[in-house]
Amino acid sequence: MLVSANENFSSYRVFTAIFFRDLTVYFRYRGSWINPLFFILVVITLFSLGFGADNQALRVYSPSIIWVTALLAVLLSLDSLFKTDFDDGSLEQLILSSQSLYLSVLAKILAHWLVTGFPIVLATPLISLMLGVSLEVLPELSLGLLLGTGILSFIGAIGASLTVSLASGGLLLSLLSMPLYVPAMIFGAQYLQDAIAGWPLMPSLSMLIGLLLAAVVLSPLAIMAGLKLSVEA
Amino acid sequence: MPNWQWFHRLGSPKWLLITLDRWLPWVLGLAFLTLLLSLIWGLAFTPPDYKQGDVFRIIYIHVPAAVVALAAYYAMAIAGAIAIIWRMKVADMALRSIAPVGAVLTFIALFTGAIWGKPTWGTYWIWQDARLTSMLILFFLYLGIIALYDAFNGSASGQRAAAIMSLVGTVNIPIIYKSVDWWSSLHQPASIKFTEESTIALEMFQPLMVAIPGFYLFCLAAVMLNMKVQIARHGRNNSWMIERAKIDS
Repeated sequence: MLVSANENFSSYRVFTAIFFRDLTVYFRYRGSWINPLFFILVVITLFSLGFGADNQALRVYSPSIIWVTALLAVLLSLDSLFKTDFDDGSLEQLILSSQSLYLSVLAKILAHWLVTGFPIVLATPLISLMLGVSLEVLPELSLGLLLGTGILSFIGAIGASLTVSLASGGLLLSLLSMPLYVPAMIFGAQYLQDAIAGWPLMPSLSMLIGLLLAAVVLSPLAIMAGLKLSVEA
Repeated sequence: MPNWQWFHRLGSPKWLLITLDRWLPWVLGLAFLTLLLSLIWGLAFTPPDYKQGDVFRIIYIHVPAAVVALAAYYAMAIAGAIAIIWRMKVADMALRSIAPVGAVLTFIALFTGAIWGKPTWGTYWIWQDARLTSMLILFFLYLGIIALYDAFNGSASGQRAAAIMSLVGTVNIPIIYKSVDWWSSLHQPASIKFTEESTIALEMFQPLMVAIPGFYLFCLAAVMLNMKVQIARHGRNNSWMIERAKIDS
């Protein structure tokens, strides 16, 4: 479809166009959404095997196990967030276009989260069964991971934007993102612990929601700067 | 009309190198004098603490290192902002020069804190303490910024990437400052206050007030030395630098 160069698109149309284009690309390559899910299930299996017959200990450590594996799964998938677009030049076109880069970045991260973070949330019943977490806390576990993977995706995208032009940026991406992940990690694991122990949930839940909102609003600013310098490189 | 000449001069690595050479011996000498004074005063002449005995004397390393480690991050982030806004080469060099100094200071603060923690708290480290954890994050941030800067092999985009990362990392600084007030933990709240009376004895406080400027001066000297290295590295193909190297050798 040909469109004239000076035709004005509404921000909403640009956002949805990028969002659905990215989703299409992800679904054509099945690995992009299956691999993170597969990764988290394999790592949790390894943890369970490592604990041996000690089911009690597994249950006690399950909040941190769930969080660390989710964190690693998101981190490993983030390497691909801007990579193909950077390689084929469409990232450059996105930056050069007159449309708001802020919205394009939001759309790209949201689409990426939907195929990497969200499947992890959908897999929480299976994860809690594997770790022996009581099914009563399943809503809290799912909500915690829903907010948590969102925070991890948005903050990690900063590192992804800064390292996308590097040939082997994966390890550096982890090094940069880990320190910034610490607050999310602390309050996320705290929330799961509170839920399992039956303590009041509002303090850690409101911290998680606050972190997510701040990450969604502020991180695209740093990501935009990072993408611009990567394209110039 | 304000005189902006000094600011424009900062853009010239050659002028900066000459200025650094002129100031370095003074800063270094003053740093050694103040550090020597504060350490002898603090370690030998200040009376021991009524509860901790002589162990508390590590404060004269621990507190200045922690204070300057945070200040160094500020300085680095400001250099990063200047580098992004005005694209000043010297600001990039300053960022790269401050980062390793800040990392070492943070490590010293963590290390001395652990040594101090064992006899007084009964443990080297606890993970639930917000001050300890946030300082550890600061250490990782410094290392990450150095790694990012070097990953681009000294190109301009690596410098900008490090500058952006240093600005993103500033969210951690208020958390470190306020961690002892927001979360009650093993680490004590601040004893030295500007707006109300400090909760530290005057005799213990005085050497500390010499040690902190001493650490500032010493780190300034270390950053200046690093700056010289950075200038030499960036200008290694310039004719004036090659002339200078001939005179030096």
